[in-house]
Amino acid sequence: MSRIVQEFTKGLWKEVPPFRFVLGLCPTLAVTSSVSSAIGLGCGVIFVLLVSNFLISMFRNFIPSKIRVPVFIVIIASAVTIVELSMEAYFYSLYRVLGIWIPLIVVNCLILGRAEAFARKNPILYSIADALGMGLGFTLSLTTLASIREIIGAGTWFGIRVMPSSYIGFKLLQKPPGAFICLGLILAFMNFISLKIEGKNA
Amino acid sequence: MSHYILMMVTAIFANNILLVRFLGNCPFVGVSTSLDSAIGMSAAALFVNVLSSCITWMVYNFILVPLELEYLRTVAFILVIASLVQLVEIILQKVAPALYRSLGIYLPLITTNCMIFGVAVLNIQQKHTFMETFVYSIATAIGFDLALIILAGIRERFALGRIPTLFQGFPIALITAGLMGLCFYGFVGLGQ
Repeated sequence: MSRIVQEFTKGLWKEVPPFRFVLGLCPTLAVTSSVSSAIGLGCGVIFVLLVSNFLISMFRNFIPSKIRVPVFIVIIASAVTIVELSMEAYFYSLYRVLGIWIPLIVVNCLILGRAEAFARKNPILYSIADALGMGLGFTLSLTTLASIREIIGAGTWFGIRVMPSSYIGFKLLQKPPGAFICLGLILAFMNFISLKIEGKNA
Repeated sequence: MSHYILMMVTAIFANNILLVRFLGNCPFVGVSTSLDSAIGMSAAALFVNVLSSCITWMVYNFILVPLELEYLRTVAFILVIASLVQLVEIILQKVAPALYRSLGIYLPLITTNCMIFGVAVLNIQQKHTFMETFVYSIATAIGFDLALIILAGIRERFALGRIPTLFQGFPIALITAGLMGLCFYGFVGLGQ
């Protein structure tokens, strides 16, 4: 039981993507101009990660290791197609906003990375815990980045105004270059916190 | 003709695939530490991008559309790209060993480069003709190469500069990329 908890929580802080492992950067930068699209993509990633980790872990003893990457990719691509079709059917406005980023979940290095590094070596239960932790960590990271960009950049959160009406948004953060700068600052801040914690332990 | 030139200018500068559209950022941050590896990656990306865009366009329009299997797009494209990269690798190894040695290690990385897949999907979404697909894939790859090589050139200089401990590694690379993006953003309004 404690191992399951451990696999789950490592995705939330110790190995949180994409801040600790710089994997899956492209969607991180692209969809975080608003909080709602960040959470939408996060949910898509959680689902795909769950399906792929579950299936790969289930068949881990049958997949020949020489052709494992094509097999993984087909499993992931099928899960992504499910997400794409259901989003188009039930959440059309979100589907329009996310656009090309839904099919692009398939080449998100995070998902293939977890399949390769974890699911093909571990039993189903641990793989599910790993998928949930990593997916949730990814979603929370996206939401954090999106919150900063939306609140400072536009003065709104989830589309609702949170800053006083006289506040003029710092437009740079809403634009593509702002995404890079904001992510760079967050990574530096994470380094700062880790250094502080290590300093305490030492 | 002017239509194609406009398309190229837009894709290279105003809508730079890396800095404005955010496709292919993993290799952008990963291999931009030295100029040599950046140039190798650029050449490999240009080659595979053009080839895969043309082939996926044909697969979509001549196989998936007539059979009404459009929903298989994601699965079909990723398989085409993954096998194409393998094929290119094998052929290069046999035909041009010298080129293979310089490009070899970058080729497998390209399978998970979202630019290749992204451009293939964009070509379909924007309903490009075959000629437009060809031009667009060249232009996006040139935009990618330009940004990658510039960033690598800047990052090589980092070895000489004094960077605060907190910013060493990825943070400073990302902030540099952001400043570069700001420069490229100045081209918006140029072209379409």
